[in-house]
Amino acid sequence: MGVNRRKFLKIAGISTLGVAAKPAADAFGISPTEWLDQKLGGFTVPETLFHFFEKPAGLVPGEALTAKRWAMVVNVRELDEEIAQACTDACHKVHNVPNFDNPRHEIKWIWQEEYEHVFPGQQHEHIDENLKKLPFLVMCNHCFNPPCCRVCPTKATFKRKKDGIVLMDMHRCIGCRFCMAACPFGARSFNWLIPWPRAGEGKFEGKEPPNPEYPTRVKGVVEKCNFCAERLAKGQIPACVEASQKACKKKGREPALVFGDLEDPDSEVRQLLRSNYTVRRKPELGSNPNVYYIV
Amino acid sequence: MYDGGKIFAGIIIGLALLTFPIWYTSGRAAPRPEVKLPVKEKECVQPKAYMTRKHMQLLDLWRDSVVRVAQRSYVAFNGKKYDMSLQNTCMSAECHAKKTEFCDRCHNYTGVVPYCWDCHIEPKEEKTEEKH
Repeated sequence: MGVNRRKFLKIAGISTLGVAAKPAADAFGISPTEWLDQKLGGFTVPETLFHFFEKPAGLVPGEALTAKRWAMVVNVRELDEEIAQACTDACHKVHNVPNFDNPRHEIKWIWQEEYEHVFPGQQHEHIDENLKKLPFLVMCNHCFNPPCCRVCPTKATFKRKKDGIVLMDMHRCIGCRFCMAACPFGARSFNWLIPWPRAGEGKFEGKEPPNPEYPTRVKGVVEKCNFCAERLAKGQIPACVEASQKACKKKGREPALVFGDLEDPDSEVRQLLRSNYTVRRKPELGSNPNVYYIV
Repeated sequence: MYDGGKIFAGIIIGLALLTFPIWYTSGRAAPRPEVKLPVKEKECVQPKAYMTRKHMQLLDLWRDSVVRVAQRSYVAFNGKKYDMSLQNTCMSAECHAKKTEFCDRCHNYTGVVPYCWDCHIEPKEEKTEEKH
């Protein structure tokens, strides 16, 4: 059957509406997908339907620490080897990060690095000797514009909309390691081995994971710092920050790691940023890191 | 027909072997698994019927809610709030403290192997001298 006049007018009308939808949405300053994302609170459409017809999703726990954009300041002047090690140990203990002797199998969430590796391109031959020796603590930068999330084919790694933390969904990771190639900071580690081999009935072959409340990972997934999202939900600050406060207090220093909301002008992080000269790692790449360094 | 007897005998033996699982267990079903329910806690986060039928959907919802949108508090059907956590809430000492006497009984019976425990740490169990 050919298109008659009536049908043509119908199609033309609907097409006009369709073409007009985008500029109309743009006029409100928000794209339709962004609008939908806001409405659904980060869930997908099928998930939202599931919650509507089946069971409601949860609530944010009352005691949780919340922010619009979490950030950290690393005051390298207050760091020494011992304090840095205390921070790493605290983190790796809380998150059941395994300790492999072979550097090719290494898993790290927060670790020490030399100046020239942290700020490549900034070093020169006459640089301050002390600066060379300082243990820079590095971790995932929780970029505002994370390249790892752009490349992830399964959206296993994603930026949490409400507070900007870049997280891993281990259930979805397929171990393709695109994110590791995309991350300019080498903040991600791949599980080449089973991190904590099981022996059944809650027992493990060999060493036990130190924190029975936090899950381990499996062979074949990528992991990294999560800004202690699970601790924030319980109203606790990140483990490394807590460890640095303790270790620094013992030595009579100011805390070397400070954590806070970058969007809150009165937060501790913002106060430090206001009163000190700070740098970020590889800002020229435009990933917009949320970890700042006082050198 | 050449060797008819051998062929038919072969077919009959073959059929008998193929149908072995059917006639060997005929009239007898494997006993239904009995799960051990927690002693202290009397109510789960949803009614029993819902939990038996849809616990995996519930866990899936919990996982998305916790991991992706940080909504970690679940309002149960009786209004109580629970921390959404397989490892720390479901399998806590007061509830399903023994995986082998709860999860595993049905899962083994139906032959499903969920991979939750590749990552999540199951509760430690002491061997009990109980026969079932």
